[in-house]
Amino acid sequence: MHISVSVDGTLYEADVEPRTLLVHWLREGIGKVGTVVGCDTSNCGACTVLLDGRSVKSCSVLAVQADGSSVTTIQGLSDGNEWHPVQTAFKECHGLQCGYCTPGMVMSTVDLLSENPNPTEAEIREGLEGNLCRCTGYHNIVKSVAYAAELMGGSTK
Amino acid sequence: MIPVAFDYVRPTSIDEAVAALAAGGEDAKVMAGGQSLMPVLRLRLGAPSLIVDCSRIDEMIGIRDSGDAIVIGSATTHHAVMHDSLVNEYVSLLAKATATVADPQIRHRGTMGGSLAHADPAGDLPAVAAALDATFTIAGPGGRRSVGASDFFVDYFTTAVGDDEVLVNVSFPKRAGWGAHYEKFNRTAQAWAIVGVAATVRMDGGRIAEARIGLTNVAPMPVRARSVEAALAGAADIAAVAAAAESAADGTSPTTDIHADAEYRNHLTRVLTRRAVVKAAGW
Repeated sequence: MHISVSVDGTLYEADVEPRTLLVHWLREGIGKVGTVVGCDTSNCGACTVLLDGRSVKSCSVLAVQADGSSVTTIQGLSDGNEWHPVQTAFKECHGLQCGYCTPGMVMSTVDLLSENPNPTEAEIREGLEGNLCRCTGYHNIVKSVAYAAELMGGSTK
Repeated sequence: MIPVAFDYVRPTSIDEAVAALAAGGEDAKVMAGGQSLMPVLRLRLGAPSLIVDCSRIDEMIGIRDSGDAIVIGSATTHHAVMHDSLVNEYVSLLAKATATVADPQIRHRGTMGGSLAHADPAGDLPAVAAALDATFTIAGPGGRRSVGASDFFVDYFTTAVGDDEVLVNVSFPKRAGWGAHYEKFNRTAQAWAIVGVAATVRMDGGRIAEARIGLTNVAPMPVRARSVEAALAGAADIAAVAAAAESAADGTSPTTDIHADAEYRNHLTRVLTRRAVVKAAGW
């Protein structure tokens, strides 16, 4: 089936099998390997991308369902060499250990802060409920999100 | 894993969807947000020959006020439902229960109607639909029909929606000013409910005048705790709620699994019913 999807600001036209998962098309179809497959069971959130501005697990969406939509991956966040504030915050607060969950954590954080620019610690933890860190580095991840909110002009309560 | 190959169509009207299902036969499957179906496909627990994607049928999306009820298109996402002002004002129990469904990413894609039509006994929304006496509009080759919540849920993962039909919308009678709470007991973040209790109450002069309670995951289908509802009329304090909640597990048939045995589920049902009603009453 023919699809037309804007990914990180570039329009892609492709023919895909209906069963192709969005994450597989992003990685293998157009080389967006920043988005990773973690669990294959919809649990871990490592494959989180923004679909029309909202976070989704790209292992749980068919590529054909993204037809006509706009996708933002971790590779589309920076502005040239200028990192997105959420990326900066994760670096500054050491919000990662092995780094595998990081693309998903960052994308979920972007979504969370777009809806709630001033999250409490509890709201941060609930907002990242769909993302697992198997290194269990949650404490610094929560700090990173709070710092990102500060960088972006909000202030965490 | 990669799903078994299937054909895919994306109708833009209910009529087209019904026609696609008729053409696809018994191996055709409706998909809305796909958040329950995708894991099934990926793990190859199911292998439909045709997916009918109903996520872009305008009539199935959105929330409107029909006068006495709030009508919600079946393909409206959980995220849209929980943030909608009409839902929060008139069907607050649904808003509160929806906010506990899965996680933010799943709520962005997953739909209210998909969750209800999937009818997982551990899903959160069937108990809400039962407690609120929702009405389901179903479209099929013979036209449209309405089914009440007590007839909609038929068995485990089975509803009144036939293989050749689609759920169009769900109508919830307005209950402005009712207090509501969904109390869910689960093991970890995003886990299914071991037991859940959906409670909504109408208060009058500091007493509970009327109560509606639906139970999640204590039977193949959602259960109304009618004896508790009756006993709560006139309750004026937490002790009265606790006494009424003692009969919450009557008429349930919980299973025993690795998370909890049946007797423990009965215990949870009584405790969570007390908590849910107390919170719904604002005590």
